[in-house]
Amino acid sequence: MIQIVDRRLNGKNKSAVNRRKFIHRFRSQIKKAVADAINERGVKDLDKGEKVSIPARDTAEPFFHHGGQEGYRERVHPGNKEFQQGDRIARPEGGKGRGNDASNTGEGQDEFVFELTREEFLNFFFEDLELPNLVKTRLATLTETKKVRAGHTSAGIPSNINVIRSLRNALGRRIALRAPYNESLMEAEKQLEDLLQNHDDTDPAVIRLRKEIEQLKEKMAGIPFIDTFDLRYDNRIDRPKPTTQAVMFCIMDVSGSMGPEEKDIAKRFFMLLYLFLTKTYEKIQVVFISHHTEAQEVDEDTFFYSRETGGTVVSSALNLLSSIIEERFPISEWNIYAAQASDGDNWDDDSIVCTKILNEKIMPHMQYYAYIEITEDRHQNLWHEYLTIKEHWDNFAMQRIEALTDIYPVFRKLFEKKNV
Amino acid sequence: MNNKPLSEASEWTFELIERYHQEIARVAGNFGLDTYPIQLEIITAEQMIDAYASVGMPIGYSHWSFGKEFVSNEARYKKGQMGLAYEIVINSNPCIAYLMEENSMMMQALVIAHAAYGHNSFFKNNYLFTTWTSADSIIDYLLFAKNYIAQCEERYGEEQVEAILDSCHALRNFGVDRYKRPPRLSLQEEKDRQKDREEYLQSQVNELWRTVPAKKVMRSDKKDWRFPQEPQENILYFIEKNAPFLEPWQREIVRIVRKLAQYFYPQRQTQVMNEGWATFWHYTLLNQLYAEGLVTDGFMIEFLQSHTNVTYQPSFESNYYSGINPYALGFAMMSDIRRICEDPTDEDRHWFPDIAGSDWNKTLHFAMQNFKDESFIGQYLSPKVIRDFKLFSILDDDEEKEIAVTSIHNESGYQYIRQVLSEQYNLGSNEPNIQVYDVDSKGDRALTLRHTQYHRMQLDRSLDEVLKHVVRLWGFDVRLETVNEAGAVTQVFECKH
Repeated sequence: MIQIVDRRLNGKNKSAVNRRKFIHRFRSQIKKAVADAINERGVKDLDKGEKVSIPARDTAEPFFHHGGQEGYRERVHPGNKEFQQGDRIARPEGGKGRGNDASNTGEGQDEFVFELTREEFLNFFFEDLELPNLVKTRLATLTETKKVRAGHTSAGIPSNINVIRSLRNALGRRIALRAPYNESLMEAEKQLEDLLQNHDDTDPAVIRLRKEIEQLKEKMAGIPFIDTFDLRYDNRIDRPKPTTQAVMFCIMDVSGSMGPEEKDIAKRFFMLLYLFLTKTYEKIQVVFISHHTEAQEVDEDTFFYSRETGGTVVSSALNLLSSIIEERFPISEWNIYAAQASDGDNWDDDSIVCTKILNEKIMPHMQYYAYIEITEDRHQNLWHEYLTIKEHWDNFAMQRIEALTDIYPVFRKLFEKKNV
Repeated sequence: MNNKPLSEASEWTFELIERYHQEIARVAGNFGLDTYPIQLEIITAEQMIDAYASVGMPIGYSHWSFGKEFVSNEARYKKGQMGLAYEIVINSNPCIAYLMEENSMMMQALVIAHAAYGHNSFFKNNYLFTTWTSADSIIDYLLFAKNYIAQCEERYGEEQVEAILDSCHALRNFGVDRYKRPPRLSLQEEKDRQKDREEYLQSQVNELWRTVPAKKVMRSDKKDWRFPQEPQENILYFIEKNAPFLEPWQREIVRIVRKLAQYFYPQRQTQVMNEGWATFWHYTLLNQLYAEGLVTDGFMIEFLQSHTNVTYQPSFESNYYSGINPYALGFAMMSDIRRICEDPTDEDRHWFPDIAGSDWNKTLHFAMQNFKDESFIGQYLSPKVIRDFKLFSILDDDEEKEIAVTSIHNESGYQYIRQVLSEQYNLGSNEPNIQVYDVDSKGDRALTLRHTQYHRMQLDRSLDEVLKHVVRLWGFDVRLETVNEAGAVTQVFECKH
């Protein structure tokens, strides 16, 4: 006897434990691969899985086997065309002509390639940043939805039955189904009445009519009071929680003093802010402003990879920011966030100008303004100026960053506010 | 015959699977295929990737290497580099065959014929499987192994368990008895005896080391007795029984890996035969259904396309060439045996006087039951198959500047090619011959493994890594000597504790 078992509904994650063990074992290699991946990804591109490759020799499982070119081996191959017994052939390169031997050792596959899921990827991303768990979960959760009513359906669960609509349907159905019987019944009753005027109860016609009436009544009584297809259920659908739009300004100093390492830190800082915003807003625009002595609105690639020389005038960027807001992002429609990264170096007289612009033109429109100073030296002049702004404005955060772990405190306030 | 086809459309349903199975079972019965009861399981593609990672075992203990297998298969599958094999079947009673949800009805029928009848009857009747594996209890044993290892992880920590498993896996191929039949597996007995065994084994080991003077750690030169008295081929077995410092649970894990390696050992020795047999039967059974009018022309065209893909043999200079395709060679040989029986030529009568003209089904069954790849090819590879495949043999000797063609598919080459190809499937010469040779039981307790060279071939450099694993299990220094074919030690590798 045959047995057919439908296993499709069994969990498909039989390998979940093994997968976790694998990732745990190679976490240092994977972490490096993730770091590389982050460098290649766009700021807006963080929230998905990743193809990762780590050195295959690390994942190899050693076992005793023959190797090397020493010794002699004789092998049979298919597809002879012109060889004759006794022919001598130059040894093919790469051990070809050895068939099984060469291919089984998997030569030429230096990389072990696999895919991390979105969750696994974010975990590795968060790891460096030392985010508190609460924040991690917030960032990692997908869009929250809300159940809203959306009409009625004919299928559903008992607790959603809409009584009024179901009974109304039942009533309609009963009336409709009874109608033909009702007519016949009235007719029969009328006939019976006529007959009884001339005949008595024992007349066969009377008996037949009475029986017919009886049957009709039975049929009418047999129509069910309520039937499954009368049932109506309240329908509820998932609708994403209402969100609005936001714009995020990334401002970075690209003068000669910002090296690739500083830019990498800045990039992660921008990525994190972006990720945070995606959890809160449905639609996000990102504007990149780079500056040295002059500011420019640029695309993302130019932003991270171009390198300029010369001095720094921060106020140029702030002026540009302010004018872009005025032109394109009316505060009634947009939530405005800005993140500024710099090594803190600024033209001597310019820092005071910056404070003025920020205080008057920018901060009033901001949801949040975050400034990071990426330097290992002592604080630069811009820092001291910005301290005064911090006193005035709740939504201004600043932080000096030497390593990746320093990034999170910049956002602490931002997250706290949302957690309340 | 004027039967109505079982189905016209390509979608499968449970009823259809049952009806197809009924017909396949009937036809298979007529051909005398003897099988374990069959359990067909419908699974999804993801579950198939799961099944891949565990070599088709429905339950298995957890280890990162299975996770590695899983993620790499998953990535390749998603990229479209890898189609999923349409069948995985393991040697158990009842025989479990997986049908993938995505398959068409034709594919399901093909898998039923191939796996549930082809492989299944092979598992039940081939001498290697009947003598060396216990299909009745393998599922129970897998369950026992999974639970035991999970318990160990709880008690001793995942890292410790992982370390032991890593080391055992490195020696997996050297955990099999090649000549001695292992006792049958039984879940209940395993459980009952496990505790006794733990205690007993530990006492054995202690006994062995009691005579060892505690302080003297110099290597002794003179020996009055050798331990082990004979070289031991089953390294894991030797470790399980004799490694001095393994905890009882560690010994049990060594045993589990060893038992499972033993279970899969016949599979590694019968690739060509097993696939050839299953392919021959799916081909024969489905053609029979077609002859009876139970399947449509469309079904057959779809079937033949899959069938020819599976039995395709790229020639040696092709980019797709990766050795001889066991499906192609096995199918060709099985079909050829039938041809020799039914329609022998003079050549066949000369080469196969015993079977030419005999009852093909009986002859084929005999071949399936009593051979493994090596001996099967040595016995049945016919000149016709050699010609069809245009086989030739190449000798690659590192002492020569060029490689040499030693024989081709002609009169003088048939016998030679048959012999070389047969040797090619001899696991004994493909895998290095490494045995436990000596334990310096009066001195530093170092374990000496002896690698007897074959055709002057050397061990892969990864042997250093493997030796580290042996050291972890053994607990003392480990040496590996390479002995050339003349019997002289040519190389010594050492790994200190």
